[in-house]
Amino acid sequence: MLNRRRFLGAAGLTGAGAALSAIPALAGETAKSEALITDVQDWQRYLGDGVDKHPYGVPSKFEKNVIRRDVPWLTASAESSVNFTPLHELDGIITPSGLCFERHHGGVAEINPADHRLMINGLVDKPLVFTMDDIKRMPRVNKVYFLECAANSGMEWRGSQLNGCQFTHGMIHNVMYTGVPLKVLLDEAGLKPNAKWLMLEGADSAGMNRSLPIEKALNDVMIAFAMNGEALRPEQGYPLRVVIPGWEGNLWVKWLRRIEAGDQPWQTREETSKYTDLLADGNSRKHTFVMDAKSVVTNPSPQAPLKHKGRNVLSGLAWSGRGTVKRVDVSMDGGRNWQTARIDGPVFDKSVVRFYVDFDWNGQELMIQSRAIDSTGYVQPSKDDLRKVRGVNSIYHNNGIQTWLVRSGGETENVEIG
Amino acid sequence: MSKSANALMLVLTICLLGGTSAPSAAQQMAGRDATRPSAKLGLGRAATPEEITAWDTDVRPDGRGLPVGKGTVKQGDDLFQEKCASCHGEFGQGVGRWPVLAGGAGTLKADRPDKTVGSFWPDLSTVFDYIKRAMPYGNAQSLTNDEVYALTAYILSMNDIVKDETFELNEKNFTSIKMPNAAAFFEDDRETSEKHFWNKSPCMKDCRPAPKVTGRAMAIDVTPDGKSGPKVE
Ligand code: HEC
Repeated sequence: MLNRRRFLGAAGLTGAGAALSAIPALAGETAKSEALITDVQDWQRYLGDGVDKHPYGVPSKFEKNVIRRDVPWLTASAESSVNFTPLHELDGIITPSGLCFERHHGGVAEINPADHRLMINGLVDKPLVFTMDDIKRMPRVNKVYFLECAANSGMEWRGSQLNGCQFTHGMIHNVMYTGVPLKVLLDEAGLKPNAKWLMLEGADSAGMNRSLPIEKALNDVMIAFAMNGEALRPEQGYPLRVVIPGWEGNLWVKWLRRIEAGDQPWQTREETSKYTDLLADGNSRKHTFVMDAKSVVTNPSPQAPLKHKGRNVLSGLAWSGRGTVKRVDVSMDGGRNWQTARIDGPVFDKSVVRFYVDFDWNGQELMIQSRAIDSTGYVQPSKDDLRKVRGVNSIYHNNGIQTWLVRSGGETENVEIG
Repeated sequence: MSKSANALMLVLTICLLGGTSAPSAAQQMAGRDATRPSAKLGLGRAATPEEITAWDTDVRPDGRGLPVGKGTVKQGDDLFQEKCASCHGEFGQGVGRWPVLAGGAGTLKADRPDKTVGSFWPDLSTVFDYIKRAMPYGNAQSLTNDEVYALTAYILSMNDIVKDETFELNEKNFTSIKMPNAAAFFEDDRETSEKHFWNKSPCMKDCRPAPKVTGRAMAIDVTPDGKSGPKVE
C-alpha cells in the first residue's frame, strides 16, 4: 500500500488535470505527523537486494514511465521511424544512453564489432580498410555534443500539434562521445588535393549515405565508438558512428562502413528528397546543415504540469549549432516581457545547456516561452517570424519559440499565440 | 626522436610508399618508442579493388559511378508490379502511408505540396543510387544493375518524364535526362536571408501586445495516448 502510494506520487501524476496539492504547513507551524516517518517502513526493516541483482543496472521501478515514446501515425513502419527523448523527465545536460531518441531508415543493424569494417576510398592516395581494433589504436578525444534531428519540431510548422515537449522537441540528445578525429583517418589514407566532399555511408539496410564538405570534415568531425563512457548503443550506430558537431542529425551516419572522397556532393536521397527545405515560393534550400539556436522549457510542459502553488522550478534546455549558448531568456506572459534565466552546469561548444528560473506561482495563467541567444548573436525567433521567411512547408529546421500555456489548475498545454 | 624510432619510421615509410605485399609490416610497432607518435599511424590495410567494387555503388549526378547496364520502361513496369507495388502502389501512388513515388507536378507552391521523384527530386542519379542501395525495403541490394535501370525508367515514365513505353535507360543516355524541378534548389543562405535573426539587443520589456491563444494541440488531439491520427509526410 505504501509502495503503491509512492509509485503514484513519483510517476503517476503525468498528463492533464492533476489536482494541485494543498499548500503544506510552513516550517514552524503545527504540522500533522506522517506515518512515513513515525512508522518503520519495509525498506528500513528488511534486507534489500544484494549486489548483482542487476549485473547491468537499470533505473528504479518507480521511474518506469521515463521512456522513449513514438507517434505511431507518423510513419508506415517501425523500421523507418522515430521515437522521442522524454526531455520533461531529465535534468542536467547529459542524456542517458537508453533514452536517446532513435531514428532509423532500415531498422537497427546488428553488427559484431569483430565483423565491422570501415573503408576509405575515392580521391585518396591509398584506399584503406580499418577494423575496430585499428580504430581503437588511434589517438582519442572526448567531447560532449548535441545531436538534433533536422525534423525536430517539424510537426509544428502549421500550428500546435503534439501535446508534450517529448514529442515537439524530443528528437535531440546530448552525450559525451569518445572517438577519433576524422582527420586522423583521412591522413592515413592521404586526401588528394581535389577532394572537396566526403560521402559517409552506413552498413545498415538503408545504406544511409550523405555528403559532407571537406572543411567541416577536417575541422571538428569525429568517428565515435563510445557514448557516455561505454560502447555506442546499437540504436546509435554500434560499433561506429560519425559525430558532426552542430549539424543536423541525419548526417551523423550510424554503423559507419565507408567514407568516399570526391570533388562534388553526391546528391543522395537524404540530401534532395529529404533534408532540403521547401520554401513558400516553391524553391528549396539545400545543404542546410547547421542547426539554428533553439530552446525549450521542459518543466513545466504538458507532460509535466505544475503541481504546487508557491515555489517552483522552471527548467529547460538550449543549444546552438553555431557555437555556445550565451544566454537564455524566459517569458511568463507569452513574449511581452523577458527575464534572463540562470544557466547551470557546463557550457560546451555545440552542446545543450541547462537553464532554470526559480519562481513563485500564485495560480495565475502563464504563457511560458524561452529564447536562446548564441555566441554569434543569433536570437531564436518566434514561430511567426520564422514562418514569414520559410513558409510552413519546409518540414525541417523549425527552431521557433515554443509556448506552453499553464492554466490556473497547473495543467499545461501546447498552444500557438497571436 | 631516438635512433631506433627513426629506423622504424623509415621502414614504415618504405612499406607505405613501396606497396610491399605485407601491409601488416607497417603495423608492427612493438620496437619503437611507445609514447611517441609518428606522422602516419600505419594502421589499416589496403582496400582491394574487389572490395571497393563491392561497396562503392554510389552514383553522382554527373553519371560518375553508373555501372554498365540497361532496362526499358516495360521491363521496369513488370519488375515494379512484382517487387515494389505492394508498398508504393501500381502507379507509384503509395499504398496507405508508404511513400508516393509519382505525381504532384506543379504542387510545390500549393498549400499541401506533393513531393515525389517527379515533382521534387533534382537529379535522376539519386533514384538509381537509392534503389540500388536500399530497395526493395527489407531486401536491400538484391537487384541487378539492369533491374535498377529498368525500375528507374519505369519511375520516369510514371512521372511523365519519359513518354515512350519502349524507352531504354542505360549508362550512356542516363545523364541526358533532366528532372523537372532541378533548377529549384539553392545553397543555404540563412546567414544572409535571415540576417535579422542576429540581434544585439533583443527586446526585454513590453515587446508585444497581450497575446491571445490562436491554436491548441489539445484541440487537434493527435498526441499518443490519444486516438489514432492523420497521415503526415
Ligand atoms: C515493404 C515496403 C516497400 C517495398 C516493397 C518497396 N519500398 Fe521503396 N520505400 C519503402 C519505404 C518505407 C521507403 C522510405 C524509407 C525511409 O524512410 O528511409 C521507401 C522509399 C523509396 C523511394 C524514395 C521515396 C522518396 O520520396 O524519398 C524510392 C524511389 C523507392 N522506395 C523505390 C522502390 C522500388 C523501386 C521498389 C521495388 C524494387 C521499392 N521501393 C520497394 C517501402 C517499400
